[in-house]
Amino acid sequence: MKNKLALFLMLLISASTYAQGEIDMATGLRSSGKIYVVVLVLLTIFAVLGIYLFTLDRRIKKLEK
Amino acid sequence: MRKSWWKILGLLMIATAIIGGLLGPVPVLPILHETIRNVYFHVPMWFTMLTLYLISVIYSIKYLNSGKVEHDLMAVEAVNTGIVFCAMGLLTGMLWANITWGEPWPNDPKLNGSAIATLMYLAYLVLRNALEEEQKRAKISAIYNIFAFPVMVVLLYILPKLTDSLHPGSGGNGTFGDLDMNNNMRPVFYTAVIGWILVGTWICTLRYRVRLIENKRNQID
Repeated sequence: MKNKLALFLMLLISASTYAQGEIDMATGLRSSGKIYVVVLVLLTIFAVLGIYLFTLDRRIKKLEK
Repeated sequence: MRKSWWKILGLLMIATAIIGGLLGPVPVLPILHETIRNVYFHVPMWFTMLTLYLISVIYSIKYLNSGKVEHDLMAVEAVNTGIVFCAMGLLTGMLWANITWGEPWPNDPKLNGSAIATLMYLAYLVLRNALEEEQKRAKISAIYNIFAFPVMVVLLYILPKLTDSLHPGSGGNGTFGDLDMNNNMRPVFYTAVIGWILVGTWICTLRYRVRLIENKRNQID
């Protein structure tokens, strides 16, 4: 009886961990802690700033002529 | 046509540092935890400021040698850009210190040194505005700048090392030694530093070019 209970508990535990594994899909932008999203946000901000600098550069070049 | 490869290189290097800085491996340290990654973003601000101030001194010396107005304008704009990077360094440092040292401005020799150095460079800009005559202004501020630069270096990089400071690299330890940085961090860190220096210099040249145009207009009027 005790053995059966233990087995049942173990199955329950393993099932619950399996379920968690299914919910937490470790793919791409959803992976652990979702830090990649922050990386993308920072890169976007930075890329826009870079493009902005280039447009300024071009404008000044026009003024110089 | 100006060659712009180094501008693109600078942007790419910072982008690389953002990716590598957030996702790369870092040493597991007490108190610091993940904030060790701030090294990739906070420290390059100061390196960029130092480079821009160095550019400024070089052009101040050049001005005293040649008497060309352009050299004086380059010296001002380098300080103007450097102060922006200094402000970003101070702000990011205060955020970081608040979490790791308990308060935004602990009584640390490096912080107080940076405050004095910042005031010194603000005084440089105020001094320039106070003088009306152009040649006099250029000459006096060039000489002031040449004196300010070594004092800034002493305040920021030498005095804190001689005493105990919360910053790494004090009390006889080497900055960026094995204690506070491991070899996984080095490539990302140096990429960030060089990238920010390149972009900082780029912004400085943009300001300089605008200043040149303004200067030409004022002379025509």
